[in-house]
Amino acid sequence: MSFINYSSREINCKIVYYGPGLCGKTTNLQYIYNKTNPEAKGKMISLATETERTLFFDFLPLSLGEIRGFKTRFHLYTVPGQVFYDASRKLILKGVDGVVYVGDSQMERMEANIESLENLGTNLDEQGYDLHKLPYVVQYNKRDLPNAIPMAELEEALNPTKVPSFEAVAPKGIGVFDTLKAVAKLVLTELRKGSGG
Amino acid sequence: MIQQLVMYEEELQQINHICEVLQRDSNARAVLVIDKNGQAVAQAGEVESLDVTSLSSLTAGNVAATGAIASLLAEKEFAGQFHEGEKTNVHISIVGARVILVVLFDERSSLGLVRLRVRKAAAELAVTLEVMVKKSAAGSGAPSVFSEITDDDIDNLFND
Repeated sequence: MSFINYSSREINCKIVYYGPGLCGKTTNLQYIYNKTNPEAKGKMISLATETERTLFFDFLPLSLGEIRGFKTRFHLYTVPGQVFYDASRKLILKGVDGVVYVGDSQMERMEANIESLENLGTNLDEQGYDLHKLPYVVQYNKRDLPNAIPMAELEEALNPTKVPSFEAVAPKGIGVFDTLKAVAKLVLTELRKGSGG
Repeated sequence: MIQQLVMYEEELQQINHICEVLQRDSNARAVLVIDKNGQAVAQAGEVESLDVTSLSSLTAGNVAATGAIASLLAEKEFAGQFHEGEKTNVHISIVGARVILVVLFDERSSLGLVRLRVRKAAAELAVTLEVMVKKSAAGSGAPSVFSEITDDDIDNLFND
C-alpha cells in the first residue's frame, strides 16, 4: 500500500523480493546498496542468522528522485527463502506495492523455484492480492553458472503470464538495476492508474 | 489492488500536535507514529539522533510478528509492548488497528506516566486517523497530481 504524504510531498512504496532460499535476494539488495549514492539511501538492515541466512527480512530504503514535485521513496524488502519461514514471509508481503520474483537458474533448484512461486501466489492470495494484478517482474539469477537452465525453459516454467523478466548475475550487478527499474516503473504506473489517470 | 493511505496537511498537523503534547506531558525523549507497513508518519522530540526510517521498519516488523504470535495463541492482538533498556525504554501501542504509536523514554519519565499519557493520546489519534482514512477513500478515483504523471516523468527518474 503506497503511502502518499501531501504535506511533506512524498510517495512511499514497498517492493518485496521473493524467491527460494539462496537464490540471491539479499545479494540484489547488497549490490543496490553498494552502488547507490549515500544521499539516496538509508541504512541497510539484515535480520539474519549467524550463518548469514535471512531470518526475518532485509530492508533498504532508497530515494529515486522527484516526480512532479513529489519525492519518491522505495522501501525494498527481501523475505526469508527457506521453506519453514513461511509465517514470516506472509508478514512481509503485507502492504506490498510491487514484487520481484528471483529465480535460481540452476537445474537442481527448479523444484525449489516452482515451490516458492506457488507459495508467493498463495501468500498474496491470503492477503487479498492477486499476483497477476500487482506490479510484478521476474529475475533469473545465477546465469553465469555452468548448470544454468536455458532461458526458454525457465520462462515456460516460471513466467507463464510473460511479465517483464531479466537475466542476472547478482554479485556482479548484472541485471540488478534493470530489475529494480522495471518494477519501480510498474509501481509508479499503477499509482497513476489508481489516481484515475 | 493498491489501497493508498493519503496524508493531507490538516491531519498531519493534528497528528504532529498529538505527538508533541504526548512527548511533553510524558517527559519522553521522542514520540513516533508509524504506519503498520513501516512508513514513518510523524515524530516529535529528540529525533535528530535517531534513524527514524530504520526504527519504523523494524518496529512494524516487530508488531507484525507479535500480531502473528497473538493469532497463533487465539488472541486478537497484543495491543501493547514494552522494551526495557539500561538507558532507553520503548513503549509500543497499536492505534485504530492502523498505526503504531512509539514512545522512547529514559529516567526522566516512568512507565506508569507513559501509559497514562499514551491512553489519552491514542484516543485522540484514533479520531484523526478515522478522518484520514475516510478522506483517503473519498479521494481515490478523483483526479490528482499522479494522474498527470507521464511515461517521460517515470523514465526521467532513472536517468543516471
